[in-house]
Amino acid sequence: MTYLAKPRLHHPSLKPNAVGFTRRDYEGRISTLCAGCGHDSISAAIIQACWELDIEPHRVAKLSGIGCSSKTPDYFLGQSHGFNTVHGRMPSVLTGAYLANKSLLYLGVSGDGDSASIGIGQFVHCMRRGVDMVYLVENNGVYGLTKGQFSATADAGSKSKKGVLNTDSPVDLVALALQLGASFVARSFSGDKAQLVPLIKAAIGHRGAAFIDVISPCVAFNNHTGSTKSYDYVREHNDSVNFLDVIEGREPIEIEQPPEGVIEVVQHDGSILRLRRTEPDYDPRDRIGAMNFIARHQERGEVVTGLLFVDPQARDFHQHLGSVQTPLNRLGAAELCPGAAVLEKINASLR
Amino acid sequence: MLTATNDFVIKFANVNGSGSASANELFAKAILRMGVPVSPRNIFPSNIQGLPTWYEVRVSEAGYLGRRGGVDLMVAMNPQTWQWDVAEIESGGYLFYDSTKPMPPSAFREDIAVIGMPLTMLAVKHYDDPRQRQLLKNVLYLGGLSHLLGIEPAVVEQLLGEQYQGKPQLAQPNIDAFRLGLQWAAEHLEAIGLQVRRADKVGDRIFVDGNTAAGLGCVYGGATVCAWYPITPSTSVAEAFEKYARKFRTTPEGQKKYAIVQAEDEIASIGMVVGAGWNGARAFTATSGPGVSLMTEFIGLAHFAEIPATIINVQRGGPSTGMPTRTQQADVLACAWASHGDTKHVLLFPEDPHEAFEFAATALDLADRLQTVVFLMLDLDIGMNQRLCRPFAWDAGREYDRGKVLSHDELEAGRPFGRYRDVDGDGIPFRTYPGTHPQRGAFFTRGTTKNVDAGYSERGPDYLENVHRLIRKFVTARGLVPQPVPTPANRPTRIGVLYYGSTSPAMLEAGERFTAEGIAIDLLRIRAYPFPESVRDFVLAHDQCFLVEQNRDAQLRTLLVQEYGLDPALIQPVLHYDGTPITARFIVRAIREFLTRTLGQEERVA
Repeated sequence: MTYLAKPRLHHPSLKPNAVGFTRRDYEGRISTLCAGCGHDSISAAIIQACWELDIEPHRVAKLSGIGCSSKTPDYFLGQSHGFNTVHGRMPSVLTGAYLANKSLLYLGVSGDGDSASIGIGQFVHCMRRGVDMVYLVENNGVYGLTKGQFSATADAGSKSKKGVLNTDSPVDLVALALQLGASFVARSFSGDKAQLVPLIKAAIGHRGAAFIDVISPCVAFNNHTGSTKSYDYVREHNDSVNFLDVIEGREPIEIEQPPEGVIEVVQHDGSILRLRRTEPDYDPRDRIGAMNFIARHQERGEVVTGLLFVDPQARDFHQHLGSVQTPLNRLGAAELCPGAAVLEKINASLR
Repeated sequence: MLTATNDFVIKFANVNGSGSASANELFAKAILRMGVPVSPRNIFPSNIQGLPTWYEVRVSEAGYLGRRGGVDLMVAMNPQTWQWDVAEIESGGYLFYDSTKPMPPSAFREDIAVIGMPLTMLAVKHYDDPRQRQLLKNVLYLGGLSHLLGIEPAVVEQLLGEQYQGKPQLAQPNIDAFRLGLQWAAEHLEAIGLQVRRADKVGDRIFVDGNTAAGLGCVYGGATVCAWYPITPSTSVAEAFEKYARKFRTTPEGQKKYAIVQAEDEIASIGMVVGAGWNGARAFTATSGPGVSLMTEFIGLAHFAEIPATIINVQRGGPSTGMPTRTQQADVLACAWASHGDTKHVLLFPEDPHEAFEFAATALDLADRLQTVVFLMLDLDIGMNQRLCRPFAWDAGREYDRGKVLSHDELEAGRPFGRYRDVDGDGIPFRTYPGTHPQRGAFFTRGTTKNVDAGYSERGPDYLENVHRLIRKFVTARGLVPQPVPTPANRPTRIGVLYYGSTSPAMLEAGERFTAEGIAIDLLRIRAYPFPESVRDFVLAHDQCFLVEQNRDAQLRTLLVQEYGLDPALIQPVLHYDGTPITARFIVRAIREFLTRTLGQEERVA
């Protein structure tokens, strides 16, 4: 909740990136979320990641569903087309947009109510298909805009602000994404920018469905004692499996021997993900291992964060479909219409 | 006994999954090849194997393609339905049955001619394989009917050859079975009073179902994204699109210039269509009533955010699951006003496969031009039945109308852009595709009220500006949609009849019947909603109008009365909604009864 618009004048110290944009060019309108909302930190991380990656803002399409999280695409990348769709259905709209034009970068922003409750079906099938996108869930375990009802990611035993105890078992979107075949799965915390920005950068470089579950405390309805999605709770129970450095492929890379315990993963776009492990035997290329690891820690009440799984060889939906290189929305009658002569032959075959 | 040449109805009563469908279709095609128009209709259950299924063929040299009603010759191959099938035959008609097992006299009627042919016995005698016995039994009765009705054997044999082209191991046994049936019938049976005689009444018309036509129309119309979910009776639309797109839209390297997604449900289907439309691709989905119900939230978004989307609704019997394998025109209101709040959507009503093809391409153009949802309203009768119709037509060099889209160069040249500004006064704003220009043309799309520049707003004046412009756009649409087709009476009259969609052949036949009786009636076939003003003028130019439709509540009449504030008494509904296609007999009876009643009253008043 910022009342004062930042001046449009660029501060001389604002550095332009390789495509000539300063960080300010990646900002959007003034946020209308509550002061201290974790979601605003995530918007800032998206801005930072896009600026660092030298992405032209207009080549990004940002889509969302309905809810507090889904309002955020208005608050970053003001030069990008955005689409605030219907509740829980961002994945299908984004899939359609991606089918129409494979050359844009697709960023889907959703919340826990949007993706784990009303929209869980679309979340599931979007992950299965491998739509080339960054799917970011801003997860606070609560319905903010309707004032504090539990969502499906709220942990059993957590307390609402009104003191109601949640008895339903939670949906873990990360575990679900792994099971469904998502080729990039990460979890982070809105309060940990140092971890979140590299994860978003890595997700953007990934081809296929890249899912990031970002725990993002709701200061208005879910930041009290008894909540498992509060700032304090997450800080105390956060167990990061690795620290991520993203080395961009388009710059000459100094090949140096990675230090002991570091895993390097080369992505489709040439970028190198360098993971410094904090858990000595955690390998993010092992899907089954990741599922077990997360489940074991969840049992102990720990929130595992970091890059949890990546398949650098993943194929995306357009590859599965075998579609042409030219985006479908650029094809005209000359490329698409079989023509009058062919129609005559079709007519003849129907007599 | 009935005698007729090139003018009768034959009905096949079969068991679903017994392989009868291809034999029956071949029967209809053989008559067509003899130059005599036919209109076949599948009456099938929601089932894969075991339940009763019927195939009704109307043979009509006069060219009547609507369902006639009544059966002159019943081919009763299903013991489950025997009793009803026999009862349905017109007095003086014929019953053809498998006489392998003797039937008691009580199984027959005295006022019909009974023709027995031991089909099972012949099949068992000549074939060892049980599957072959079953399949070739169908071809055996083709042989029998060919003799009874005077269908030229050479025509049937040629069709069998075409059907099994490239599979001689299948073609020959089929031809042999046909000859076997023909020979047995020639030796044991007399020809009957119903005869087919070669004519020249088919011309260059084609024989195809509406779903195939609509799928092909989407290929011609430039659809590149098809997202769908299987539902009877619309499934074959997406299948046809895929078949033709694979054939005509695959590069020599094997890459596809289209994308088809079988979505997880209808909500995802329409979501993908909306996403693709927003991003500048032509996209469509095909569904039926229950699918439309699921899609309504998205339909409202596409309407209000002004995103092109084409929905092909192959209507079936409703409400709820209703009658999935029966036909109705009962989704008119559900589609016209789909979604919460004040919404109105464009509907197109093709009368046959020819128009299903043409209107599919028109729908894609209109969706782009009007930046809105366009429904192509088929129904099971024209969607899933093959119908004789004019050949598909496409003007060489025809381009797609992509509507008002600002290009990179126009934005670069400084052309002003406000997403929801009515710069031309037609209610249609300009739009931009995502990714067009680095600094100009980006906007945020939302279902919430916005100002003319797409900024978030909940202000009343902004809301009114927007919804009033949407009404202007809808009025613009009246002039862009397919215009109504009049068939005037041969002399001035005060009676008019309105109709639309698959009612067309039955209505035209009814019209001829009235003409023959000396009753003059003007006809007007409505082809789209919003209704052009000529529809209102037609109503006002007559003292009494009828609106013939295939639903219970006179849905199109409700729309028409509402749209122009007409006096409902001007339009008398004629309604048929039992799930079978409407007949000329029904229409004539309903209109005649009303006229007799009101004319009678007038006489008393006088």
